Amino acid sequence: MSTSTTKSAIPESNYKAGADGLLLEVEDLFVEFHTPEGVARAINGVSFDLRQGETLAILGESGSGKSVTAQAIMGILDMPPAVIPSGAIRYCGQDLLTMNQEQRRKSRGPEISMIFQDALSSLNPTFPVGWQIGEMFRQHRGMNRSDAYAQAVRLMERVAIPGAKDRVKNYPHQFSGGMRQRIMIAMAIALDPAVLIADEPTTALDVTVQAQIMALLAELQEERQMGLILITHDLGVVADVADRAAVMYAGRIVARAGIEDLYAHPAHPYTRGLLESIPRLDQKGQTLAAIGGLPPNLTRIPSGCTFHPRCRMAQDICRTEEPALRTVGNQQSACHFAEEVLNG
Amino acid sequence: MADVILKADDLYKHYPIKGGVLRTTTGHVKAVDGVSFELHRGETLGIVGESGCGKSTLGRVLMRLEEPTSGTVNFDGVDMYSQGGSAMRKLRRDIQIVFQDPYTSLNPRKTVGDIIGEPFEIHPDVVPKGGRKAAVKELLDLVGLNPEHINRYPHQFSGGQRQRIGIARGIALRPKVLICDEPVSALDVSVQAQVINLMEKLQDELGLSYIFIAHDLSVVRHISDRVGVMYLGRMVELGTEEEIYQRPTHPYTQALLSAVPVPDPTMRGKREQIVLSGDVPSPANPPSGCRFHTRCFKAQERCSVDDPELMDRPDGAGAHRSACHFAEPRVIVETIDVSDLVPDSRYASTDVIDEDAFTDDDGVAPADAATMADRSHAMGESEGPLDRPNDIHTMIDDDPAEKRDPRA
Repeated sequence: MSTSTTKSAIPESNYKAGADGLLLEVEDLFVEFHTPEGVARAINGVSFDLRQGETLAILGESGSGKSVTAQAIMGILDMPPAVIPSGAIRYCGQDLLTMNQEQRRKSRGPEISMIFQDALSSLNPTFPVGWQIGEMFRQHRGMNRSDAYAQAVRLMERVAIPGAKDRVKNYPHQFSGGMRQRIMIAMAIALDPAVLIADEPTTALDVTVQAQIMALLAELQEERQMGLILITHDLGVVADVADRAAVMYAGRIVARAGIEDLYAHPAHPYTRGLLESIPRLDQKGQTLAAIGGLPPNLTRIPSGCTFHPRCRMAQDICRTEEPALRTVGNQQSACHFAEEVLNG
Repeated sequence: MADVILKADDLYKHYPIKGGVLRTTTGHVKAVDGVSFELHRGETLGIVGESGCGKSTLGRVLMRLEEPTSGTVNFDGVDMYSQGGSAMRKLRRDIQIVFQDPYTSLNPRKTVGDIIGEPFEIHPDVVPKGGRKAAVKELLDLVGLNPEHINRYPHQFSGGQRQRIGIARGIALRPKVLICDEPVSALDVSVQAQVINLMEKLQDELGLSYIFIAHDLSVVRHISDRVGVMYLGRMVELGTEEEIYQRPTHPYTQALLSAVPVPDPTMRGKREQIVLSGDVPSPANPPSGCRFHTRCFKAQERCSVDDPELMDRPDGAGAHRSACHFAEPRVIVETIDVSDLVPDSRYASTDVIDEDAFTDDDGVAPADAATMADRSHAMGESEGPLDRPNDIHTMIDDDPAEKRDPRA
């Protein structure tokens, strides 16, 4: 199972990572959805960067904007209703948002690729999986059918699908959930992308299968030195694999930290609330410290700090003034009382 | 605790597989394949297992939403499956169910009042006709929803609130047993914690017994007194929460526990992980002998022929029921020091205090009290209950416009 690739057909990449391995920079990104009920502000000024070989976790609950961020980077948002009023997404120094459709299409796959949450609805049920994996090679490298199938078998072997040769012409419904997710991963890594975005890759899977998939992702990242963006709401998975994490709430990044600091010394009340509200296998308490209330409706984001209606520490200033993301200790937090949360 | 309210004996539920032109039965999906257990009054029995292990079918069979292929359920001294007509209807009052998906288990055309009040229509003698609206409002209040919202429709509520509606419907008839089929799986963590707290509060107030079916081992551990682990239609291990999580003897339980990611980055690479190969075999054609032998790291010749019985096997400190020929205790989850996370006293004050939320008597069984005290140090809870945040099940749903867009 050597990873020898067909040298002849690989086009030269137009992109070179920055000197310090900088691959991706998202700067002050805004995304809005124009709906009949009003403008839903899904992302409100999100900035982060990603380097080679690094795993960045984007944590958040449903509706926090984490998947929209991923779709904006991939350029697969439906526009309209989505609008990107401002911001920049720079890949190797070039702004993806100012590129034309053709340039972006060419970047999807060889440069940036994505694994979706629900493998069954992301795969086409009417084509064999080998055909779908091979499509990457046919479209981007102009390979013929039989070569593309051979590549598909190689990739299926790489993601440890037993009997890859015999199963390459099977259809998605003939595979189990874990195997389908492996096929999605095979498609995503087919063209050796520099950035891989995994949007809730294991949410639909059982824990034993989740462990297999996460181990596979970690192995592939190590092998190819990809920059991995892991989008999830599962604090356990993040603790196991991420180097850094950004916590999103109502379309903003409210906290950003190295993974150990995030768990040991959370500097934002929301992060802290999240950590306290998960029942843990290694502790048994009687009452969970839940965060009261609900995440806000994105068409009516609260004034000031978006978290203030649910925050235990909210003061008058939180209702009127939006806190900026600022450095506290060796992490960042968007809270007026970040120091107190950190040292509390 | 010793008082048994529900006893399932050798339950089987096989679904026929029809095939061929004549639609003849060509096989059976053995969804539940010989499960026995008992539920004590006032306790929570957690049922865990991967998808397809038969845990939801078990819940439906216990509710008699499905007739079992064979086996008996003794509910409070009455044989459930031999009851017919009005006797069964009367029995149903005592055993109710909360479903997994709060989006599909509530009728979108009915108001919340109709949904929660429907049990009163079916059992009219529980609450007299004139008092139903008041009873529904009381239920809404009990589950932490605004009683004024009685005329709203399910789509006007968020997932967590809908699950509260499902729970209100489940407890409307004051059942003795509530079967909860993945009640929090569809919810976000912060909301999940609210619902778990609500369920614990209701158990204390109403003296309910829960059968809590879930795939999330951390949630099950948190809420359960005893836990049963299922694999391919069988119960493979059954014991108290402590026995299952601290001294698991079945290799499947051990693998399952080791696969749960611990939310602590300092544990990375230090935890022993048993990664199982392959997928769960099809319940239509389960492996011979021990069903787990195809994926088991301990499997030997004997396992493929000899089906191990679920019986008491030594676990190092005593014995609990396990179905493995080579049952051996193994420590999987290490208790770690998280003293950095000392709850903040400022967190105790909030403007949405629910006074009833904290009674010191949490119904901790004496056996658990020692372990609790033991761990309270690590949890930094030594400063007493005052340090715990208070807003555990108060909702902010006063603003009618606050509802989330269902598509958001």
